[in-house]
Amino acid sequence: MPQGVPIEFDGLTKRFGAVEAVSRLTFAVQPGRVTGFLGPNGAGKTTSLRMLLGLVRPTEGTARIGGRRYRELDRPFETIGVALESTAFHPGRTARDHLRVQARAAGVAPARADAVLDRVGLHEYGGRKVGGYSMGMRQRLGLAQALLGEPGVVVFDEPINGLDPEGIRWIRGFLRDLAAEGRTVLISSHVLSEVQQSVDEVVVIAKGRLVHTGPLSSIGSGEAAVVVDAPDRGALAAALHAAGIAATPFDDGLRVTDADSARVGAVAQAAGVALSALVPARTQSLEEGFLELVGEGGSL
Amino acid sequence: MNAALRSARAELSKIFTTRAWWVLAVILAGYVALLSGGLVIVVFGVAGTDAAQGGMFAPLAYSMTTAVGYVMPLLLGALVVTTEHRHGTLTPTFLATPSRGAVLAGKFGAGLVVAALLGVIGLAAAVAAGAIPLAAFGADTLLGDGDTWLMFGRILLAMALWGAIGVAFGVLLPSQVGAIIVVLAFTQFVEPVLRTAGAFVEGLDQVVRFLPGAASDSLVGTSVFTAFTAQGAEALPWWAAALVLAGYAAVFAAIGAATTWRRDVT
Repeated sequence: MPQGVPIEFDGLTKRFGAVEAVSRLTFAVQPGRVTGFLGPNGAGKTTSLRMLLGLVRPTEGTARIGGRRYRELDRPFETIGVALESTAFHPGRTARDHLRVQARAAGVAPARADAVLDRVGLHEYGGRKVGGYSMGMRQRLGLAQALLGEPGVVVFDEPINGLDPEGIRWIRGFLRDLAAEGRTVLISSHVLSEVQQSVDEVVVIAKGRLVHTGPLSSIGSGEAAVVVDAPDRGALAAALHAAGIAATPFDDGLRVTDADSARVGAVAQAAGVALSALVPARTQSLEEGFLELVGEGGSL
Repeated sequence: MNAALRSARAELSKIFTTRAWWVLAVILAGYVALLSGGLVIVVFGVAGTDAAQGGMFAPLAYSMTTAVGYVMPLLLGALVVTTEHRHGTLTPTFLATPSRGAVLAGKFGAGLVVAALLGVIGLAAAVAAGAIPLAAFGADTLLGDGDTWLMFGRILLAMALWGAIGVAFGVLLPSQVGAIIVVLAFTQFVEPVLRTAGAFVEGLDQVVRFLPGAASDSLVGTSVFTAFTAQGAEALPWWAAALVLAGYAAVFAAIGAATTWRRDVT
């Protein structure tokens, strides 16, 4: 079983001229969990990942995998597997040949190509030129490449982007399995809802800065609340007011934060108001919480 | 196996799993065969030259491999680097081999090997297309002559060096279209004009013999170009000519390694 090791960003900074694309990014990603690296487009996610992988030189700071920089890894695929954008394949080369080339370069047995094609469900298409691949197949080929060296750490940039519903369902299971095997799994996305069913932890950046890190439940939780509604909303509001319960209009109904659903139901019954909805809720949804973190211009 | 050797093997696989190499090989073989065979047929068949002079024309026919064919290993070498930029595949390449120096070494290794292979293919085509009509006209093919085989060795060395110059030039000028245009313009127009001028302008001949195409012809020892133009300055000795070619590769590679090869890959 591959041994997962932490990924550590320490004060990572990248300036392009006067523009600071990534600013003093410090956080760690732990094994055995799926961590979402989230932020709007242009927040600096891809630049951060490319610095982690030695493709972009940091202006300051370091990023290490199990204590070592990527450029110090002699056989990197045995430590960390990576899937970046889905277009970086020569269109005239077959998928199997691409994987064999990568395996040779990284010191992995070329026979692994077939094993990883199998793992991502591309086995029967391995002999096809990548130029004839769909977007989803390229995504899978990228994931296959990441698994060539059976690494303990995997990093996928926007792995769900462009997949059809069947592909999304498949990759969710795939990510779960990788984490359950003890690997460190880091996936980036600019859409929280895309990954919220997959991630355990979140790291949120905006404008190149870390704005939040913690378990998924730490985003948008807010206070516990009750959303209640009645065909006669005015009567309901009056009843709650008479009982000393504050209620604020919210989407389709009223939101109550200083009473639980049992008390709200009892008040409504005592006032003879028939309810059409009575649901526990949060004052802030995941989406709202995420938008608040990344500020204006967050694209969802 | 260290990273550079692994990279060289991977680069060889890259070349042989796409079709550019054999397209260039087919063009090379057809081109040099046409000119080698054509030269012999024109000289002995059309002009009716005495067959006893075969010894003078056989090396000219065989050396078409380098005299006109050198542009193919040059292009192949350049493609080894520029294709990666064109298709964005430097990312997976550098992910598999994080040391950029090792990748560069691997590309040079693979470029030398495949360029030498193109040399074998081109030479086989030039010799077959030249020797068969030579024998048919009753002229000496010189294939039993040790000097001819030494020349074949120098032709393969020259072709391999052209591959290395191509790799180095690709590092210097990563744009695929740009590299192809410059290679074709320089080899097919700029250098031939300069060499022709060198034959007539006093003093220029001292400089012109250091041009890469001229050095390549000096390395091989004979060429259809040098045979039919007035010779000014004495040609470089073959080993010096080989060093001149290697020097072009080294200078281009050094400049490229310090500039484009160090850049962030985004």
